[in-house]
Amino acid sequence: MDKKTIYLDNSSSTRMDEKVLEAMKPYFFESYAVASSEFGYSMGIASQKALQEARKKLTSMISAEPEEFIFTAGGTESSNIAIKSIANNPAHKNKNHIITSRIEDFPVLNSIKSLEKQGFDITYLNVDEKGFIDINELEHAIKNTTLLVSIQHANQEIGTVQDIEKIATLCKSKGILFHTDATHTFTRLPVNVNKYNIDLLTVSSHTIHGPRGIGGLYIRKGTPTIKWIDGGYQEFNMRAGIENIPGAVGFAKAAELISSQENKKLLELRDFLIDKVLNEIPHTTLNGPRTNRLPQNANLTFHQVEGESITLHMDMRGFALSTGSACFSNSLEASHVIMGIRGDHERAHGSVRFSLSRYNTKEDINSVVKEIKEVVEKLREISPLANKQKEV
Amino acid sequence: MEFPYSEKVLKHFRNPQNVGEIENPDGKATEGSPACGDMVSVQIKVNDKNKKIEDIKFRSYGCASNIATGSIITELAKGKTIEEAKEITWKQASKALGGLPPIKAHCSVLAVEGLRAAIKNYEESKGLIKEKTVTTTDIIKKRLKHVMNPLTGLDIVKTDIVENIDLTDGKVSIKINLPVDHQFANNIKEEIKEKLDPLWDIKNIKIKFS
Repeated sequence: MDKKTIYLDNSSSTRMDEKVLEAMKPYFFESYAVASSEFGYSMGIASQKALQEARKKLTSMISAEPEEFIFTAGGTESSNIAIKSIANNPAHKNKNHIITSRIEDFPVLNSIKSLEKQGFDITYLNVDEKGFIDINELEHAIKNTTLLVSIQHANQEIGTVQDIEKIATLCKSKGILFHTDATHTFTRLPVNVNKYNIDLLTVSSHTIHGPRGIGGLYIRKGTPTIKWIDGGYQEFNMRAGIENIPGAVGFAKAAELISSQENKKLLELRDFLIDKVLNEIPHTTLNGPRTNRLPQNANLTFHQVEGESITLHMDMRGFALSTGSACFSNSLEASHVIMGIRGDHERAHGSVRFSLSRYNTKEDINSVVKEIKEVVEKLREISPLANKQKEV
Repeated sequence: MEFPYSEKVLKHFRNPQNVGEIENPDGKATEGSPACGDMVSVQIKVNDKNKKIEDIKFRSYGCASNIATGSIITELAKGKTIEEAKEITWKQASKALGGLPPIKAHCSVLAVEGLRAAIKNYEESKGLIKEKTVTTTDIIKKRLKHVMNPLTGLDIVKTDIVENIDLTDGKVSIKINLPVDHQFANNIKEEIKEKLDPLWDIKNIKIKFS
């Protein structure tokens, strides 16, 4: 990729931090033994220690115990384990009802849809026009057979942050397990699994300048799950396979590098971007709320134009962005999130997500708004929707 | 930099040709709708004597493939007789663009349909259709397949919201299964009228909502 590219698709993935690579390096070239060889030779001890350290650092950030956290190959796997291993545990065989929301990310949504095909009873909660679920609707949806509630901490596209403490506490009072996908909030917003009463929590490394191919799942002590991958006894006998120690070390380092100042800066940049777009470009709509929103996320619809045309023009001008337009996806389906917040196809097709990171500056925001304004004007000039009045 | 499209597609995407409207067009049509994600409008000026397309303009609400195809189709059709222009296929349009990614092939169909519909509109308004077909409910149904249901992005026939079509003495009455105060009720009404108006033996169009 061009050096000058201004990358604003950080909710898809981020650039890894050099400091993360430095932290990982020794576990490729020096201590490369498997952790389970600790009783065989000393290099194994170094590996084991590194793995324990990484686990300890990461769990301390969500106020969990190290034994309650397994490393996975990423957030997608974490959510698959959380949902499917709860559903398939024999202890839960009398319960077959799961509650989720319509705007979950695909790992959760499609894990649940796969259970639905197997005969599980699923409730998909609606969200309001800002993307929030209604806690009363959740309470009403709970049945005697409800086994699990899975509601994301924050939305991947429109940044809506759910009140998971309230949701999880309600679940606890009804004796129902609660899972949350915290892929986009981990290290960005406070999470305390004990205070919030969370039973399972998905986290990921590549969205916070860490390496790809590593994620984690918090599982509250005593939660009945099933072994996910058969083989050895790794990851508390939950997930077999040689541990990804460089990955775990990199993940912990990346999480450590996120500071509250950085999150504050992101939030300021986000608000600056949203205000600037709404003030300078007519016929735009903010998707998602103003407050209770991910600090790194802005999502706006530019009416009368289509998102893939916007992102392609922006790409030619050196900006990486994503859109909820059907034309952008290989499935040719409009964003289920924008449709879920009672948007229509036109709103989804014209939506553009700006997701920020540590490497973005105020200058980047000034230039992205300047360029997107030109692109939207150019596309509106040829759009039949923007020129209805001119028809003769 | 690398792009997922051919140079030719990018050229037409960057600088689409023949954008806009024609004053007093001889034929015009709009295909697609905001709901299905792509929309193309085409207007033509036809020489009444030699039946050549003297001018053609288009507008596009859509992705890069849609904009590029709209642009190329105007270039391909300009100067051709309406009979020749009718024969232009989406394959030809795609070929002229140096190929489109397979998943985007459907985007080029809309511009071709727009051109054909504009020609048909010209023929109908000039009374050029020699053997006038008597309109039947099947013909009406076929036309309604070009009206989108904004709730789903699919047409109103496929999504079963056309409850009933009644045709007596050139008077059409259509019942749509949507509340009358539905946000898209007016859009759908306008679009239906636009599609049925040019039919020579239709005198009156009534659309009822549930």
